Amino acid sequence: MTRIDKNPDAAPDAAVTVRGLVKHYGTTKALDGVDLDVREGTVLGVLGPNGAGKTTLVRCLSTLIVPDAGRATVAGYDVLRQPRQTRRVIGLTGQYASVDEKLSGFENLYLIGRLLDLPRREARARADGLLERFSLTEAAKRPVGTYSGGMRRRLDLAASMIGRPAVLFLDEPTTGLDPRTRNEVWTEVRRMVAEGATVLLTTQYMEEAEYLASELTVVDRGKVVAGGRIDELKARVGGRTLRIRPADPLELRPTAAALDEFGLTGPGGAAVDAETASVMVPVLSDEQLTAVLGALTARGITLSSVTTELPSLDEVFLSLTGHKASAAQDDVPAREEVAV
Amino acid sequence: MSAATATPHTAAPGPAPLAGDDDGRIGLRGHLRHTGALIRRNLLWIRQDPESMFDAVLFPIVFCLLFVFVFGGAITGADNRQEYVNYLVPGLMAMMGMNIAQGVGTGFNQDFQTGVMDRFRSLPIGRASVLIAKIVVEIGRMLVATAILLVVGFLLGLSVSDVPGLFAAIGLSMVFGFGVMWIFLTLGVVMKSAQAVQAMGFLVLMPLQFGSSIFAPTSTMPGWLQAFTDYNPLSSLADAARGLMNGGPVAHDILITVAWSVVLTAVMMPIAVRKFSTKA
Repeated sequence: MTRIDKNPDAAPDAAVTVRGLVKHYGTTKALDGVDLDVREGTVLGVLGPNGAGKTTLVRCLSTLIVPDAGRATVAGYDVLRQPRQTRRVIGLTGQYASVDEKLSGFENLYLIGRLLDLPRREARARADGLLERFSLTEAAKRPVGTYSGGMRRRLDLAASMIGRPAVLFLDEPTTGLDPRTRNEVWTEVRRMVAEGATVLLTTQYMEEAEYLASELTVVDRGKVVAGGRIDELKARVGGRTLRIRPADPLELRPTAAALDEFGLTGPGGAAVDAETASVMVPVLSDEQLTAVLGALTARGITLSSVTTELPSLDEVFLSLTGHKASAAQDDVPAREEVAV
Repeated sequence: MSAATATPHTAAPGPAPLAGDDDGRIGLRGHLRHTGALIRRNLLWIRQDPESMFDAVLFPIVFCLLFVFVFGGAITGADNRQEYVNYLVPGLMAMMGMNIAQGVGTGFNQDFQTGVMDRFRSLPIGRASVLIAKIVVEIGRMLVATAILLVVGFLLGLSVSDVPGLFAAIGLSMVFGFGVMWIFLTLGVVMKSAQAVQAMGFLVLMPLQFGSSIFAPTSTMPGWLQAFTDYNPLSSLADAARGLMNGGPVAHDILITVAWSVVLTAVMMPIAVRKFSTKA
């Protein structure tokens, strides 16, 4: 194996290290000094609104664009000085399914296998195997132009796995997908991780980050605004909200009163949402959640539904940074607009 | 689950097995293999979308018939239409290369729009392979168009006195088309949409094609226009092809055409590769 130039700052088990990464487009600071690490075999979620610099980060790390300053290593290779080696160890699934619409699903995967120097037979076998794994065997011979959005995204994931990459970059893999398709993609990502891949995943959804990632980096306007383990961050942003809907809307007030009485609502008190006939309570621990149910049972209040809700991206930002996530208008220019 | 799917699809931590030299350079065999795989892709495109061959197939037929029957009589006299066929067909050979070269740019641009190029550029392949594969297939399309043009020409009474000269003329058109393709590849990379590439190509090609000796001898044109047509490489290419196919002085025109091709390739190829590699 080749000499591996480990970044001296990198943790010994870091699969991805990023130090001081900067990329400006005119006056837009797409990346304004980003530092992050992804440990081997883990999933790092990069959470941020549109225009936070997530895509620019992924494009820098996958050698598609050259940053203005800073350093990055992927699987030990220096992304800037060893781009060719870097390309051998990464898989990339972009925000837009980057598959060839005119080719069939099989031909898409076979082509990439050949470009990755697999012998013909192996490229064929691998394409077939991945098509089966992603439930695309039936559609294998059809042009991708006839695929549904979810099928394309699955094919895109399959394509990024042909070379058995050590590090996978997934740029908003479920943006624009319906919930069922999103779940399919999530299942596949979890499976890849179970098999040992390191994943850097960008997302706009706290829910997605919580489901897939073990660690989280929150970015805004090209800067990292918070980072750490998901549970730590959740504790900082106030965790979940419990939405309780009594079976009888007339019991809304008694429900809120009961929770106040048991001291289960925190300093703000229980919020009554008359429109949805529900009471909302911040939940900081599983024990508290159990106690809430116990208290309501003790009062003999019948409930029609209890749901826990994760904080929205806006709420996360508000509590981490004290300001709202940058608006979509501040968006980094779309890809075609930044071409110079 | 089959045996194929039972194997893990992602690597255990650590770089994947390396191919080629340790510094990541891709050897000649690798380049050939990658280019071959990408040529196959471009051919599959044609199979999937046969309409994309329309320009190569219909263009020579339409232009040949249109010019021979609409303008031919006026230029050489109705009785001498065949004389005009001999004049026009070598000229159209030159023109066809341009039109197909333009297609290189639009197809390339589409690949950027769909994100397919992002995937290619994140793979450990020589980036020039993508460009070369495109050009090889387009040269093939040029050959198809030329063959059809010649068939139509022969049906209309084209005579060729020098058969090796005919092949030399075809070769010369290909060489010049190769040089021009790099311009359109560059446009395909830097422009924002396939339509823009097409419009730009039309804007550049129209005056070059009609302000040349392709369709009519330049002797009746006003002086200022003659000055332009005399320096227009398409005039040189058309005149060289005429000379090669039916005799006449050719050395000067061949020299000019080859010089243009070499300069275009030498200047535009590095620019195209560079723009392709660094496109954000």
